[in-house]
Amino acid sequence: MNAVSSKYSRKDTGWRLFLKTIIARAYPRIIGQQREVSWLVFDVVMPMLAVIAYVLVYRALKAPEEYIGFVVMGGAMTAFWMNILWSMSSQLYWEKETGNLALYIMAPNSMMAVLLGMALGGMLATAMRAIAVILLGSLMFGVTYEVSSFIQLFAVFMLAMIALYGLGMMMASAFLLFGREAWHMANLAQEPIFLASGFYFPIKSLPFWVAAGASIIPLTLGMDAMRQLVFPSGFQYGFIGVQLEILLLVILSVFFVTTSKFLLAYVEKIAVREGRITESRR
Amino acid sequence: MQTSTSWRSFRMAAWLGWLIESNWTDPFLFAVYSIVKPLSGAAILVIMYGIITQGNYDSALFPYIYLGNAFYIYVGAVMTGVSWAVVDDREHYKTLKYMYIAPIYIPVYLLGRGVARFITGSIAVFITIAAGVLFLKVPLHFADINWILFIVTLILGVVMLALLGLLLAGITLTVARHEGFIGEATAGVLYIFSGAVFPLDVLPAWIRPIGYFMPTTYWLELLRRSLVGNVAQAFPTLANFTNMEILGILLGLSIFFGVISVQVFRYCDGIARERGLIDHTTNY
Repeated sequence: MNAVSSKYSRKDTGWRLFLKTIIARAYPRIIGQQREVSWLVFDVVMPMLAVIAYVLVYRALKAPEEYIGFVVMGGAMTAFWMNILWSMSSQLYWEKETGNLALYIMAPNSMMAVLLGMALGGMLATAMRAIAVILLGSLMFGVTYEVSSFIQLFAVFMLAMIALYGLGMMMASAFLLFGREAWHMANLAQEPIFLASGFYFPIKSLPFWVAAGASIIPLTLGMDAMRQLVFPSGFQYGFIGVQLEILLLVILSVFFVTTSKFLLAYVEKIAVREGRITESRR
Repeated sequence: MQTSTSWRSFRMAAWLGWLIESNWTDPFLFAVYSIVKPLSGAAILVIMYGIITQGNYDSALFPYIYLGNAFYIYVGAVMTGVSWAVVDDREHYKTLKYMYIAPIYIPVYLLGRGVARFITGSIAVFITIAAGVLFLKVPLHFADINWILFIVTLILGVVMLALLGLLLAGITLTVARHEGFIGEATAGVLYIFSGAVFPLDVLPAWIRPIGYFMPTTYWLELLRRSLVGNVAQAFPTLANFTNMEILGILLGLSIFFGVISVQVFRYCDGIARERGLIDHTTNY
């Protein structure tokens, strides 16, 4: 009787199970990933290499100093996009490849909670890497910041993250149906997004409708707003006003998180029906 | 080592590599995939350049950046292509151990696996340069191209990159969890130190010697000179060297790094066999 009532044998259901699943899935991302110190080095070094190269291109072109700051910020934000591609979108595909996906589906917890846990853990762990890139880049190239509104900056960053990880959850569902092409699709979504979202230059430099189309990626609007808020002359390079960008990010957040829930249910149904949960199409 | 074994290893590896690279989707999507990535990378630089110079594509710096970036596609493709074969075969397909017991010559097999990436890389380089000539006025005139210098430099460079890939493949064999990053990180470092998209003089003076020691620096310089002649020689970095001097330096450094690569691969291969790393998978 004691064994049944002990904390290890208590059966959690409902919201308690949902929350525990989120924490359990976030744990390896936040704690486990920090144990592999060399990963941290690679995750910081790789974006830094791109930052250094693009900063030196701007220096060769004798660009205004603001652009150096834009590159450093863009380089830091690449960590989030890479995390979305490789640790959110592709994650369920990797789980299928390694045989864990069937266990996830069989377990009595919500797949939505698993995705939320992945998102929460990924967001926090990647934030550490992004901060490291910003610190290193700022120190190396003498970038200075002048925040015009901390509240707006916080709101923009959080909304961009919610929308971005909502997009990642949605893509994870879609990637569940992929076989070998998953790796290539994630690989393909790097440089074109770096280009369209203006990771290394102000998005205002692109034609209006191209920039507007690229705004479906939350980082496009998020970065544009943050650049306007943290650099003294950032407003000159802004695509649209910060308040409008905040509103659009709210809409994107609701849209991506809601869509991911429906898409996950739909894709899971298809995958179960067609037997793709355990199938590894190498 | 028999010539027939080497040729068979190379030929089959090249064909296997091509199938792995290309048969995951239909030809159209594969073509899009092969073209979009490099063009996007080039477009980032073009936009950066265009913003700052307000569209002045006549400056000598533009062909320097554009051609350097275009040919740098080979570095990522060939060097990483060879070393990635270890990751692919060991971690993904779990076939590396079978390759080791098959009657093939492993270093040649790995070099052969890089051929597919060389082919897709060549297509990407061609399309990137063609886009530059057609839409961005990259001053490339067929009559003025030094074809002999271009072909000799290109072949020498591709061989040098493949051998550097073998070096990375050796290191990859001995590493468990970060194997995927090794090629990318090396390519990223070379991108900075080779003066691919900016003259080496932009680097701080104390780290410039690293760039002078990299064969890719001379390779890219010669490719630019062979294609756009005096435009490429407008920058002071290697302006005092003639084409033949640079070719000599490139040849010397290629031989040096080639010998080092083969020795490192042999050493790492021995360690991997001793420690049982040939079929060591981590699922990372």
